[in-house]
Amino acid sequence: MSATLVSVRESRPARFWDSTNGQKIVMGITGAILFVFVIAHLLGNLQVFLGPEALNAYGRFLRGVPEILWIVRIVLLAAVILHIWSSIKLGRRKLRARPIGYSRKENIASTYASRTMYWSGPIILAFVIYHLLHLTAGIVHPGFDFVEGDVYHNVVASFQVWYVSAWYIFSMVLLGFHVRHGAWSMFQSVGINHARHTSILKNAAAVVAVLLVLGYVSIPLGILLGLVK
Amino acid sequence: MRLTLKIWRQQTRSASGKFVTYSVDNVNSDMSMLECLDVLNEQLIENGDDPVAFEHDCREGICGSCGFMINGIAHGPLPATTVCQLTMRHFRDGQELVLEPWRAKAFPLIKDLVVDRRSFDRIIAAGGYISVSTGSAPDGNAILVPKESADRAMDAAACIGCGACVAACPNASAALFTGAKIAHLGILPQGKPERDIRAIRMVTQMNAEGFGGCTNIGECIGVCPKEIPLEVIAAMNRDYFRGSWRERDNVVTTLRPFTEWSTGSKLKVDPHSGN
Amino acid sequence: MQLDARIPSGPIEAAWDKARFNMKLVNPANKRKHSIIVVGSGLAGASAAATLGELGYRVSCFCFQDSPRRAHSIAAQGGINAAKNYQNDGDSIYRLFYDTVKGGDFRSREANVYRLAQISVNIIDQCVAQGVPFAREYGGTLTNRSFGGAQVSRTFYARGQTGQQLLLGAYQALERQVQAGTVTMYPRTEMLDLIVIDDHARGIVTRNLVTGEIDTHLADAVILGTGGYGNVYYLSTNAKGSNVTAIWRAHKKGALFANPCFTQIHPTCIPVSGDYQSKLTLMSESLRNDGRIWVPRKKGDKRAPDEIPEEDRDYYLERRYPSFGNLVPRDVASRNAKYVCDEGRGVGETGLGVYLDFADAIQRLGRKAIEDRYGNLFEMYQRITDEDPYKVPMRIYPAIHYTMGGLWVDYYLMSTIPGLFVVGEANFSDHGANRLGASALMQGLSDGYFIVPYTVGDYLATNKLERVDESHFEIRNAVACVEQTVQKLLSIKGRRTVDSFHRELGKIVWEYCGMSRTAQGLENAIQQIRQLRDEYWQNVNVPGSGEDFNQSLEKAGRVADFFELAELMCIDALERNESCGGHFREEYQTAEGEAQRDDDNYSYVAAWGYRGYGNPPDLVKEPLDFEYVHPAQRSYK
Repeated sequence: MSATLVSVRESRPARFWDSTNGQKIVMGITGAILFVFVIAHLLGNLQVFLGPEALNAYGRFLRGVPEILWIVRIVLLAAVILHIWSSIKLGRRKLRARPIGYSRKENIASTYASRTMYWSGPIILAFVIYHLLHLTAGIVHPGFDFVEGDVYHNVVASFQVWYVSAWYIFSMVLLGFHVRHGAWSMFQSVGINHARHTSILKNAAAVVAVLLVLGYVSIPLGILLGLVK
Repeated sequence: MRLTLKIWRQQTRSASGKFVTYSVDNVNSDMSMLECLDVLNEQLIENGDDPVAFEHDCREGICGSCGFMINGIAHGPLPATTVCQLTMRHFRDGQELVLEPWRAKAFPLIKDLVVDRRSFDRIIAAGGYISVSTGSAPDGNAILVPKESADRAMDAAACIGCGACVAACPNASAALFTGAKIAHLGILPQGKPERDIRAIRMVTQMNAEGFGGCTNIGECIGVCPKEIPLEVIAAMNRDYFRGSWRERDNVVTTLRPFTEWSTGSKLKVDPHSGN
Repeated sequence: MQLDARIPSGPIEAAWDKARFNMKLVNPANKRKHSIIVVGSGLAGASAAATLGELGYRVSCFCFQDSPRRAHSIAAQGGINAAKNYQNDGDSIYRLFYDTVKGGDFRSREANVYRLAQISVNIIDQCVAQGVPFAREYGGTLTNRSFGGAQVSRTFYARGQTGQQLLLGAYQALERQVQAGTVTMYPRTEMLDLIVIDDHARGIVTRNLVTGEIDTHLADAVILGTGGYGNVYYLSTNAKGSNVTAIWRAHKKGALFANPCFTQIHPTCIPVSGDYQSKLTLMSESLRNDGRIWVPRKKGDKRAPDEIPEEDRDYYLERRYPSFGNLVPRDVASRNAKYVCDEGRGVGETGLGVYLDFADAIQRLGRKAIEDRYGNLFEMYQRITDEDPYKVPMRIYPAIHYTMGGLWVDYYLMSTIPGLFVVGEANFSDHGANRLGASALMQGLSDGYFIVPYTVGDYLATNKLERVDESHFEIRNAVACVEQTVQKLLSIKGRRTVDSFHRELGKIVWEYCGMSRTAQGLENAIQQIRQLRDEYWQNVNVPGSGEDFNQSLEKAGRVADFFELAELMCIDALERNESCGGHFREEYQTAEGEAQRDDDNYSYVAAWGYRGYGNPPDLVKEPLDFEYVHPAQRSYK
């Protein structure tokens, strides 16, 4: 069987982006950006427990220099787009790579979180869109009046609606799953793995994921339980 | 003991396949899975049926020929074991075993449990070597290799190319196979000069073959009979990343991923005609 | 017929240099005009194909497996010898040469062996450069071990997978040439006949194992690196697919077959457990360094090993060979295991096994030390037998492992058919009547990387070959012959499976032409083999058709050839009225029961010519001269 040579795309960035490894590297790096955001966002949000003054001041601070705010927003938006785009490319490839599935397949070495990234991801995306319309733009706000600039009021009022809180909590748990796999996987994707350190990294990812979920979930729970009014 | 074998039967790649259930009595617990299939095949031939096609050669776990899914697990339930070394004592009397071929677009089926793994050869051909022609080697001790590097290279080099990693991967990715060769050669000082371009070429070929992309799920290492570690995939990613960043004017070509077997004509190589 | 081995005259040290200097060269620009067929992709075949591709020839390489990387060289465990003297323990090219000739029991060709020892040094360099991860010292240098009773440490190894790593090195070099376009690889393609035109090998007839297509491939030279024929015994340590078909069909086309009865039995294999058994698994010979071999003193003692007290045990090797003990050479250890089992003192359910006991070693060195040395072997043993060798002694029994015989080749590795070269285990050349441990890998790579690429060039430069095309009657004949055989096998539709015949044949050959042989037994075996062969051609049942993937048909063709080979093995064993190396004729032994060579009458290579089935083969003798290593009786007392 003679070897027929086929040349591939000439442009290096295109070739990189065409490759599964390139897509995973993009996904890892954008995931890292989003991971940092999620942590920072949590730390900001937790100020709800410090009372209205602190949280509203924090809100004003964020919007203090619109140029920086927009740069951050653009970076985040780009990260989200690339993260999703690469996952779509990988997802389509996955569908093509095994046209006939197994009648029976056991999973013996992987985590539930890692196998459900294609589920947790889109749901988190849906949540983020809702969340922006809900508390950033104030367009969708069932059960309360949105007051521009009064972050504390908006948060507390919205989470007093039980189904809003429930949806929020559900999404945050999925985010936890997503982070549990993603937070170590991004190291693997860019090529950082070490026989000894990786197991620490994997455990750390699990711990961070749990803390993240607890942190985020504490806000609606605190409001529903009346700890924050 | 007695076993029920539910086996995927498919005459050719284009034919449609189905599961057929067979009952095998007198299974000895010391038999290997393949010897159990031998016994079944003897029965089938004597009854005028078509024996089950399955790949096998060395039957001592090193050639990488054999392999199929047993009850949803590549190479069956025993870790670090190929089906040729899997003895029947690991099953219960009366148990039903579902035998299914590796399923992946890059592994087209040939017959029953036999698949075509030439995609692996093409990944190696793309760059899974050190370019040293016979005769041009320096003395064996001219380049020192730290013991730890030699050991780590050997861990990766132990790959037998059976394809279980692809079969078990939810993405049908060949990352563990490709990564093992990239890691093996990349760790050794002899392999360093080609480290960047090797990763680029092998990854490009791997992608051209239609394997899925690795998403770091890790099912592959659960079934690998040689226990290749997941870090070889990181090594591949690192070398690919590094190579993509550093490369200048490489023209990368791939081998066409062909799946046909027929050679077309009766006369193949005609001396004095190719020039 | 007179055999000319074309050994260069003059001192043996300079023979290879002289031969290389006298060879005609093919102009670099002309190399691509020559096509070469390589059959087999093991160490010898893959290394030859890769090297010829690097030189610029157009190479076609064939293997019956799905990938060249599956060739059975991959299963070699122990290591590869080389006269590097890195350990400063007095090794040299001459010593490796000497050991190999002596180990071969003075039935190999000195000049070939000397060249092998010379080239061994280059092989290691080449493999290291290819990235073979040989074991290293902490300082980064290559490490060695002593192997198979050698008194120097000259064996290089990569864990217990040396064969795998060397083969992958050759395979990668081969795939590099596939990418470069110089080598075309034909996997799942089996050679079924050799095309000989005007007395020169010009091509092969193949069957595509997926589509069933019968094709012809023409070339200027054909190289066979198709391995050994140990599977004639059905149960062996060879891979299931290993077969004699390529060299046997070349033999039927005129290539002489040399020393077919020289087969090697490995003493430490896992015993047969039942009739379903499909192959035997080798346990590394290194186990004998620490294990003690014994059987019960009394016949039919069915007690569990730990219930047998010391005084009821017979450590028979230590008893009979006080100085070498458990470390006697392979053939001696194997034969003695057979004797004690024949006496009814064998252990295990079948009574075909002896104990290899580590209890003393564990007590002396501690479990940890034994684990470090043999951990992976113990694990493998336990996986197969479900017995824990740390607690219960291992059971071992000899099994066929390697075949020293093969197609006759001259110093240039060319068979008696011009243009047909034979490399690796498929030829007969370097190991005489017994192969030393860690020498098979050395020979395969030496032939493939460093010898045949030169000698084929010389052949091409000195022979003017006419252009041929498929209309040539020899080609049409060969194709018709192959098609007929395939059709014949498919049309018999008898009542017995191929495997059942193969198993029965194996039992006959093992019984009468195995570890020890007698004239009467061999004559008996020849009759039985003929009868079984006749039945085969009337009663075999090969299901399916020839137009698709049909594993039964593949096997059927191979077993048909094994029948004919088995007969020749027995004829050869019967003709050789002496005991040497792996060939032990009970009639010819010393008073102590050791092999008795007859150098006056049998110091030759027995090369057999095919004269049609049913006709006695022609015996052509190549006398062996020993100028450097003088024949002596082996003694291990």
